[in-house]
Amino acid sequence: MDITFNNVSYIYQEKTPFAHKALANLSFYIPAGSFTAIIGHTGSGKSTLIQHLNGLVRPSEGEVTIGDYRITSDEKPDNMKTLRSRVGVVFQYPEHQLFEETVRKDIAFGPENFGAPQDAIEERIEEITPQVGLTEELLERSPFDLSGGQMRRAAIAGVLATKPDVVVLDEPTAGLDPRGQQEMMDMFYDLHKREGLTTILVTHSMEHAVQYADNVIILNDGTKYMEGNPTDILIQKDALHKVQLDVPEMVQFLNAFSEKFGHDIPFRRQSPADLAWEIRQILKGAGSDE
Amino acid sequence: MNNTLIIGQYVPGESLLHRLDPRTKITIIFFFVFIVFLANSVLSYSVLTIFALGSMLATRIPVHYILKGLTPVWFLIVFTFILHLVVTNEGDVLIDIFGFSIYSGALIQGFAISMRFFLLILVTSLLTLTTTPIEITDAIEDMLHPLKKVRFPVHELALMMSISLRFIPTLMQETEKISKAQASRGVDFRTGPIKERIKAVVPLLVPLFVSAFKRAEELAMAMEARGYQGGEGRTKLRELKFELRDFLIFVVFITVVTALFFTRHY
Amino acid sequence: MRNKLVEFRNVSFRYGEEQPWVLKNCSFEIYENEAIAIIGHNGSGKSTIAKLMNGLLFPQEGQIIINGRNVTHDSIWEIRQDVGMVFQNPDNQFVGTTVQDDVAFGMENRGIPRDEMVKRMNETLSAVGMQEYRLTEPHKLSGGQKQRVAIASVLAIFPQVLILDEATAMLDPRGRTEIMKTVASVQEERHLSLITITHNLQEVVQAERVIVMNQGEIWDEATPREIFAKRTELREIGLDIPFVAALSDELRKTGLPVANEVLNHEELLEELWISRSTM
Repeated sequence: MDITFNNVSYIYQEKTPFAHKALANLSFYIPAGSFTAIIGHTGSGKSTLIQHLNGLVRPSEGEVTIGDYRITSDEKPDNMKTLRSRVGVVFQYPEHQLFEETVRKDIAFGPENFGAPQDAIEERIEEITPQVGLTEELLERSPFDLSGGQMRRAAIAGVLATKPDVVVLDEPTAGLDPRGQQEMMDMFYDLHKREGLTTILVTHSMEHAVQYADNVIILNDGTKYMEGNPTDILIQKDALHKVQLDVPEMVQFLNAFSEKFGHDIPFRRQSPADLAWEIRQILKGAGSDE
Repeated sequence: MNNTLIIGQYVPGESLLHRLDPRTKITIIFFFVFIVFLANSVLSYSVLTIFALGSMLATRIPVHYILKGLTPVWFLIVFTFILHLVVTNEGDVLIDIFGFSIYSGALIQGFAISMRFFLLILVTSLLTLTTTPIEITDAIEDMLHPLKKVRFPVHELALMMSISLRFIPTLMQETEKISKAQASRGVDFRTGPIKERIKAVVPLLVPLFVSAFKRAEELAMAMEARGYQGGEGRTKLRELKFELRDFLIFVVFITVVTALFFTRHY
Repeated sequence: MRNKLVEFRNVSFRYGEEQPWVLKNCSFEIYENEAIAIIGHNGSGKSTIAKLMNGLLFPQEGQIIINGRNVTHDSIWEIRQDVGMVFQNPDNQFVGTTVQDDVAFGMENRGIPRDEMVKRMNETLSAVGMQEYRLTEPHKLSGGQKQRVAIASVLAIFPQVLILDEATAMLDPRGRTEIMKTVASVQEERHLSLITITHNLQEVVQAERVIVMNQGEIWDEATPREIFAKRTELREIGLDIPFVAALSDELRKTGLPVANEVLNHEELLEELWISRSTM
């Protein structure tokens, strides 16, 4: 499903002394099937934005469309529930939402609320369990007996159980160790490719954005600060520094390299192996000059 | 956030009432609650009303804010008044409508009771408007101190209160987060038959309890790591001190009480 | 000679008779004014080590000696004076209703007179750059600010060892940088031993010595440079290696000589500079 934000503003606690603008005139377009990273600091409006994506809040001004669903300040789709089954939101620390007696029941909770038939739910559980990296036998255990990483996977399975078209990920790797982080991101990327999902990754990690996204939106103070291709956006050191963000480490290295050796290596999200060959070419060339 | 009911809400400020020792405020209110019931003449009510309104002005909090904040209570006051009109039948009949007689005694008594009610609510809400919950906790701990002799866990009680106060906003944020997460999974907290809505609370409560227990465990560990081992031998950063102004307020209050005794009927 | 502050002698720990061992026969020493990083996958026993160090847990086997004192139920009061600890979750260690109440909490527990308390509070809050927030309530602070307050409250009782148990794990990059700066300046001023338990490579690189935990055992103990030289093995036990270490590996594969182990961009560029001139 395509997603558009058209001049969206959102004011918290409108008409009270505590009123404060969380989003201001935000417009962007996310094409169906893309992997978009939304980057910004705490307080940049990220979590407010997420809540617009499945109608948890409605814009104070402007218009949000998700596929055929249209949400404005005075208009919401009659079938909000179906919208929520089409857009799966994996909130930060999703394991905090587990509550059922067994993992199986917890995964089934969403689809049941959305009125899916029982046999379809069972089928979906069989399908999603290995996809999120859980084993069949864990399904009958209490979610509170699982390890931290398994709990998170169970919660994620609960969100993906409705087979959403759009998946929103809010810092999905927070608190995991390095291997856990890598596995988690690889899993989402796999699903994204295999199921043709529209994936929105909300993060403050430049490294994850660089690795997976094909579209980047930088958020600052509730407005869009930059938008575009990661290889164009994530190299703009000065602009990013202004909003207290850093360029990915590889870009930092490339900059330092060009300063020292006078050779620019363009940032193409190359692997370290590819970069090593490029450096070798340059050094070899330089060496033979002398 | 609930902005209509102000009982229990602190409004920061620098007024005389804000700066009074919380023990002074609690003591005076404690006695005020009793002496309100001694008033029985127009003059004695006036004395108490002047004291209450005077205190209200002394908070320097906008009057309309305080009065508007008492809105839900206004209803109770008016209700009490009407109840008295209907139920009491002492004194002369003043009006007679549709077989309902309103007696002069009812009018007077209704007025008196509503007035007491109003004064009580107003004065107690001045306490919470000008005193932070933690100040109230400190004052209670200090005033209950003698109970330590009979092994009453005064310090523990006060610590429990202050930790609860500290965690209220945290748990409110948490509640909001979890309810949003569950709403995203299709839970409907707002519509549907009442039975369904009660059922919808389970996915909210279980995670809340789980997280509250985890927090409690971690907090206990952090407190231990920082050398907490009960109230024995502890010093305190927040000290309560009686100042001249506290003394003066007591003088004012004793004057009010004396005036009350001179103006009431015997 | 540096003074020995922490010593683990053949320490083993588990949560109960039937439970698996969380720590197996661990021995190591930490000296005064030393910066140590402890790394390892989740569940490798890192945090257990921290909790054993100030008597929040007690080992079933082995001995733990802090500043010459055995950690026992009777000595925890003195031990906790010497070993201060900052935990992972900023919210769940904030006891006070305001910043100043939280900093005071540890001092109140130790019966420090009020005048002294106020003095130390001003000192430590300025050391972490939070003096303007003295009366602020915790829910109005960012995660990084709360952690700075936690550091201040620990410093106020003058510990000799400061343990940061994944203290930056729940923070955003800005909060993380704040804490790293704060900690660096504090360590310089106070000459503390610093023990950082972390997954963050930047924090590891800044340590003098790294203890690597794997499944309850000490897997290795060496300088960051030596540790990151074991790239393949580190990856096998689920840990990350710095970008420059990975890149220099790839450079070697292409036949470029990167002779020395590098920890940052400057060092790698320097190596490349040398290898260019030899080509």
